[in-house]
Amino acid sequence: MGATDREVGRTRWPRTGSSKRLARIDAAVGLSFAAPAVIGVLVLGLVPFGYVIWYSLHDWSPLIGEFNWIGLDNFTRLIADDTVWSSFLTTFKYAALLMVLNITLAMGLAVLLNQKLRGTTTFRAFFFSPVIVSAVAWVLVWNYLVAANGGINGALATIGIQGPNWLRDPTWALVTVVVIQVFKGVGMNMILFLASLQNVPAELKEAARIDGASPARVFRSVTLPLISPTILLVVMITTIGAMDVFVPIQILTQGGPGRSTTVISYLLYRTAFEQQDFGYASAIGVVLFVVVLVLAALQWNSRKRWVHDEV
Amino acid sequence: MNGSTNRRRFLTAAATLSAGAMVLAACSAGDDGGADGDTPDGPVELRMVMWSANEGHHEIFNEIADAYIAENPDLVSAVSFEPLTGSGYVNALTTQIAGGDAPDLAWVSEANAAQFVQSGVLYNLQPTFTETEGYDIDDLLDGAIDVWSADGEIYGYPFSNSPFGMYVNNDLLQAAGQPNPRDLMASGEWTWDKAMEIAAAVADGSSTTGFQASDDPYTNWNSALGAMWMSWGAAPWSEDGTECTFDSPEMVEFFDWFHGQIYDTGAVAEPGAEFDFASGQVGLRLSQLSSSTALGDDFAWDFVPMPDGPAGTVPVVGQGGVGVVARGDNPQIAADFLAYFTNPENSQLLAQFFPPPRQSLLTVETLSAAAPALTEEQIQGTVIDQALVGVTKAGHVNMSEIADPVRVELDALWVPEGDAATVMPAICEAISDSLAG
Repeated sequence: MGATDREVGRTRWPRTGSSKRLARIDAAVGLSFAAPAVIGVLVLGLVPFGYVIWYSLHDWSPLIGEFNWIGLDNFTRLIADDTVWSSFLTTFKYAALLMVLNITLAMGLAVLLNQKLRGTTTFRAFFFSPVIVSAVAWVLVWNYLVAANGGINGALATIGIQGPNWLRDPTWALVTVVVIQVFKGVGMNMILFLASLQNVPAELKEAARIDGASPARVFRSVTLPLISPTILLVVMITTIGAMDVFVPIQILTQGGPGRSTTVISYLLYRTAFEQQDFGYASAIGVVLFVVVLVLAALQWNSRKRWVHDEV
Repeated sequence: MNGSTNRRRFLTAAATLSAGAMVLAACSAGDDGGADGDTPDGPVELRMVMWSANEGHHEIFNEIADAYIAENPDLVSAVSFEPLTGSGYVNALTTQIAGGDAPDLAWVSEANAAQFVQSGVLYNLQPTFTETEGYDIDDLLDGAIDVWSADGEIYGYPFSNSPFGMYVNNDLLQAAGQPNPRDLMASGEWTWDKAMEIAAAVADGSSTTGFQASDDPYTNWNSALGAMWMSWGAAPWSEDGTECTFDSPEMVEFFDWFHGQIYDTGAVAEPGAEFDFASGQVGLRLSQLSSSTALGDDFAWDFVPMPDGPAGTVPVVGQGGVGVVARGDNPQIAADFLAYFTNPENSQLLAQFFPPPRQSLLTVETLSAAAPALTEEQIQGTVIDQALVGVTKAGHVNMSEIADPVRVELDALWVPEGDAATVMPAICEAISDSLAG
């Protein structure tokens, strides 16, 4: 029975015993399909989050076994903690830079690979392959490439340029991490854009061209609006991914030099697992959750203003 | 059923689940799952966590454990040795304890010893060691058990008591026309200044570097430099750990000197550069006996004692210790097993891999098994003679709180214009609250 049939049955026809039974079977089948994901989210998401909220209201020092209720003291401390806010600022810088570079590059590559040119399949595979490489392996290889005496500076030296100390210079460290992560993730966004571009009806573009629109105008006024739902998706998943970046920071910079690459999730890790201040780290986690939630909500609500077919 | 009813039901379910989670958390958080003093009904299983996954180590551990179980079938039915490798060892151990899954026994490095001993994580071993027949507790080197003791009681056994020495790439030194450190030792000229002079001559800035500390000084300051500043008579904090002495004249002098070796003489590689002694890229490397196992005969090398500093000769040891976790399920049985694991006979077995803290076992014959690549002269002069008088590298009861703020402040020094006289007081300002406790 299709969706349309069910809709008709619900709205126009009184339910018979048989249709109610079928509806219940339908619902049961639907729930059974959704159950693994729902249970996963509840068990691995909601329950641990409940724990984190509970912990954030305590002073918990696991080594000495102390677990004392302190109410909102961790949050009061957090408000006055400059390190937390500077880490949020670093996280926003990281996310903004990553999003601009990633989405611009992904869109550019998708547009190029959407042309009927020789070798596009090879290039597509080339740019997508980092997505399936282990994050740790990817970062470890780059660690050697961007070392002060690594491959990139070696190559620059052959043309007479003395490269910076990429990961130890506060000016370059965050940018370097962002670029490494852009190359890692751009392939996924490129594929999403490419799939979306291939769904843009050729006749609409053709009509615009006949009306005298330049290629740039066709892209801005026809293509971009039609792929705007994909842009929204990419912006949302890239932002959320950027807000909890951890692996490249841990391997490449350990938050340094100084605190120039200490993003909030790394500060949370250090606070919990190195300083063993689990209660305070949980409070940071709760605030991070709220910030990500607000960002996602803002992006979602903004869709009515710029995403095609959203009202 | 309308949409708002559905939403209300969903929100009610979510809230119920959240509340349930919090109740669960309330029941479990902080539950140490620890010892309640009850005597177990039957033989128990013990678990020791460690940072080594070396097959040879585990073979010896299992051999000792099997013998213990055979002698004490009513006490212990099995002992497992769980490796937690990688730089996050302490974090993983702490997480196990926090999660109510405390191991029975755990390895702890000397840098964290004070924290684990003084915060009550480790169980008092003194009564068990004293009462165990043939344990010979007086055989333990006084200097070796200092950081594992509190109020005259011992809380950990430093199964590895390994002095720092200098590995020398003789081929690189010879190619740079530099004197041999052994000749300098003979003439009394083996000093840190001379070592760095040699290192600067060896370093070419790209494929080789002159001197490498025992760890990365730019991220792991205590592990890398802790054995060096003692030769300046410097210390990061007062003996009782409450007062910062990073800004003492000795410490400022040491860091100023080390900064000069990076940015003035080029003897030490700048931050972010990668070199490997075993690949023949480093002239001098500060390290311990265990590093010799990675060295082959690709180049001529030597292992000599640390050079003298302004404060004279200060031999320093780094340690790996093992203790019983007080919040484990069976601390007394674990302590009994540890007394067996580290008795004189089994210490001799362990000495196949680790320099022992027992004076009677500090012999060339014993240590030759631990480091077959080292010569008799190297073992006697660089390991045994130093271990007998060595002091243990500094740790602090609040080490986990101190480590990161110090690293952050030190980053201001690791630039060409860095000034130790400015940075050191800033470190004290950053950590004074943590030191005061």
